[in-house]
Amino acid sequence: MDTITTAPTLNYLNSAHGLASWLLTRDHKRIALLYLVSVTAFFAIGGFFAMMIRLELVTPAADFVQPDTYNKLFTMHGVIMVFFFLIPSIPAVLGNFMLPIMVGAKDLAFPRINLLSWYIYVLGGLFTLTAAVTGGVDTGWTFYAPYSTASSNSHVIMAGVGVFITGFSSILTGLNFIVTVHRMRAPGLTWFRLPLFVWSHYATSLIMILGTPVIAITVLLVAVERGLHLGIFDPALGGDPILFQHLFWFYSHPAVYIMILPAMGVTSEIVQAFARKNIFGYAFVAFSSLAIAIIGFLVWGHHLFVSGQSTYAGLIFSILSFLVAIPSAVKVFNWTATIYKGAVSWDSPMLYAFGFVGLFTIGGLTGLFLASMGLDVHVHDTYFIIAHFHYVMVGGAIMGYLGGLHYWWPKITGRMYPEGWAKFAALTVFVGFNLTFFPQFIVGYLGMPRRYAMYAPEFQVYNVMSSAGASILAVGYVIPLIYFIWSLKYAPLAGKDPWGAKGLEWEIPSPPPTENFAVTPIVTERTHQYAPSREVGIA
Amino acid sequence: MTEHHIAPRGMYYVVFLALIIGTGLTVAAAEVDLGALNNVLMLAIACAKALLVILFFMHLRWGTRLTWVVVGSGFFWLLIMFSLTMSDYMSRGWVEGTLR
Amino acid sequence: MPDGHAHAAPLDAHGHPHEPAHPKLQHHFDDMGQRAEASTLGMWVFLVTEILFFGGLFMCYLVYRWKSPSGFQEASFELNRVWGATNTAVLIISSLTMALAVRAAQTSAKRGTQVFFLGLTMFFGLVFLGIKAIEYTDKFVHHHVPGPHFHWDGQYPKPAEQFYSLYFAMTGLHAVHMIVGVGIMAVITWMAWRETFDEDYYTPVEVAGLYWHFVDIVWIFLFPLLYLIGGHFKG
Repeated sequence: MDTITTAPTLNYLNSAHGLASWLLTRDHKRIALLYLVSVTAFFAIGGFFAMMIRLELVTPAADFVQPDTYNKLFTMHGVIMVFFFLIPSIPAVLGNFMLPIMVGAKDLAFPRINLLSWYIYVLGGLFTLTAAVTGGVDTGWTFYAPYSTASSNSHVIMAGVGVFITGFSSILTGLNFIVTVHRMRAPGLTWFRLPLFVWSHYATSLIMILGTPVIAITVLLVAVERGLHLGIFDPALGGDPILFQHLFWFYSHPAVYIMILPAMGVTSEIVQAFARKNIFGYAFVAFSSLAIAIIGFLVWGHHLFVSGQSTYAGLIFSILSFLVAIPSAVKVFNWTATIYKGAVSWDSPMLYAFGFVGLFTIGGLTGLFLASMGLDVHVHDTYFIIAHFHYVMVGGAIMGYLGGLHYWWPKITGRMYPEGWAKFAALTVFVGFNLTFFPQFIVGYLGMPRRYAMYAPEFQVYNVMSSAGASILAVGYVIPLIYFIWSLKYAPLAGKDPWGAKGLEWEIPSPPPTENFAVTPIVTERTHQYAPSREVGIA
Repeated sequence: MTEHHIAPRGMYYVVFLALIIGTGLTVAAAEVDLGALNNVLMLAIACAKALLVILFFMHLRWGTRLTWVVVGSGFFWLLIMFSLTMSDYMSRGWVEGTLR
Repeated sequence: MPDGHAHAAPLDAHGHPHEPAHPKLQHHFDDMGQRAEASTLGMWVFLVTEILFFGGLFMCYLVYRWKSPSGFQEASFELNRVWGATNTAVLIISSLTMALAVRAAQTSAKRGTQVFFLGLTMFFGLVFLGIKAIEYTDKFVHHHVPGPHFHWDGQYPKPAEQFYSLYFAMTGLHAVHMIVGVGIMAVITWMAWRETFDEDYYTPVEVAGLYWHFVDIVWIFLFPLLYLIGGHFKG
């Protein structure tokens, strides 16, 4: 392994200059950076709404904002974080950048469609931001009918159209990934030699392809019903609001796996690289991604346990929901077994990976509480739910995203970042996160309902803890932003493989040339081979 | 690649004829009272027609196994949506005093 | 090989020595076969999303028809099945001409032949939309459009209004797909006129054809589900 101390003369960053060379690029790496910037912007906006929420909840009374405003705050927080940050974050940024390289291709199968998907994303974002700026939406990110179609007098149509449009961006990304994995793999790169990151993105793409169209048609119907008085979901027009919930969660539950599966892929990569071991049970981890994607489509009814869904359907959905725990547990056990007796180094990506495994486990296990029909009646629509899905989405998806961003930052930019600060930030995020959301499990179990600006005074201590944690968490997110920007100019050069990690992406220069590979690589064994001799014995 | 197959022109006309006959049959069947069978017949003919279009006009018959899987998964997921949603609607009211 | 599994070799992706590239080959593909396979697979995957896109509407249809079968029958009876059947035939004919257009490109037929079949496909698409417009006008005239002006004389006004909500949503979405399809056909016809397609390169025609046939299939289901459940034998 030769060490490179100077940046390659010609790479994807300096091969062309000017705004047009970015806005009209078809290079998946540049599009990934376009996504990185826009996704970060939406994260900041969504985070701003979160801070407003936490500020309001410091005291039991509605004294910081009016309840009406509060409704809009949590709705905009949800809509922006779910549809404009969590869903595109890892796939459209890290996946876009790494997946073609990992399969040994020069680009995704459809570069122009890739660029189009970014423009669609931005357009959808503009619609939603317009809705936010002109007065906001107060339906909750779930747009439940008939409130959204008949009662709410906020900008539902505008926000709905934004979500509808953005859906196509995610469909096109998924389509591009699927075709790329099937058709663009380098010679010799068989399915079972693929990195687990690619497997998890393939599974994610399946959900994007099969689920997203259903949410698209559903929010479109809400907009049409609201605008033209077609009677689809409104009971006053003869409709059935529970049908809306079925259609909504047919996508939106699997969408949770769109958020978590890519983070699982990132974790699989990091755990191998920093434990210096092959993943324990490669095939199990690979297939568990597919299993999560497929079983994830069979469980949506657990969101409807108290909505008036039939008890028998509830039973079926409850049992099916428990099934998702199996592939999820397979992953957690296999990561743990990979770390076991590994040569573990505590670099910042590994800290995020550790954070991911622990927090995802808590998020996943509390999910089992919610899948049980009886217990769900007690904790439904309380802060217990809020805590549960933030453990999965923030503790899981965002930890994975940050871990992946740190792990591949040297590859993306060609430069390292200050490791000391990175460790400090990782720790801050972990502490801040737990302080924010663990009290919410307790306060939720004690009965504090979600989506209210006011609460009973005895819950205040937990809410103050939560708000304090949120400010620590915010600091933890701002630090990486600063040192990442700083690193672009001042940090030392990374060389092509600063971690000593394996995989096709670490064999090309950092930052990679526009074409990725000067000659198409020919693969003869699994791309992540940390200990060839032990593979048969362990895997 | 397998999609390179070029079918004889006659095949397209035969399929076309079958599709027109199918349409005629559906319309005719709707005129006769067969009870619940009307729906079954109507949907069976529609499925047959769709299958003809997919297999011959869209060349799936000569497509790769992957294409078959892709098409199959589309319809399979549709089935998941229909069956699990209907499992709710059809079992409502099985328990006294619940929503219908 | 314990270290470094990626080896440079002056071979292309299939292990064959390089041949001169086709002029329409984009840089990231190895050969035209890979490009064509990627495009057709991409279109099939897109059509799967379309199945589920329409699927949401069919789901609504299924639930509400299950809830009020008689109301749906009564409402369906008011639809003009002659126009419906005619439109079905029109779309089937357009599918035939589409298939023949693809075949013409595959066999490197003269550009006149290619343009002829593509033009016919577009023409029948427009005929379909014209008939749809006649039907929609009729619904407006008879106040069968859901909303404040909806008027129903039969036994089941509420389910009827729901049926027509679904009717307009489903046929409307289908019509939008037809309009997009005609637009795509216009581009493809123009490309064919410029003699773009031959047996080596016909993927755009083929992919456009897949889309066109899919839209036809949606109608194959919409026609009986909307027009023919009325129990015409009773009327």
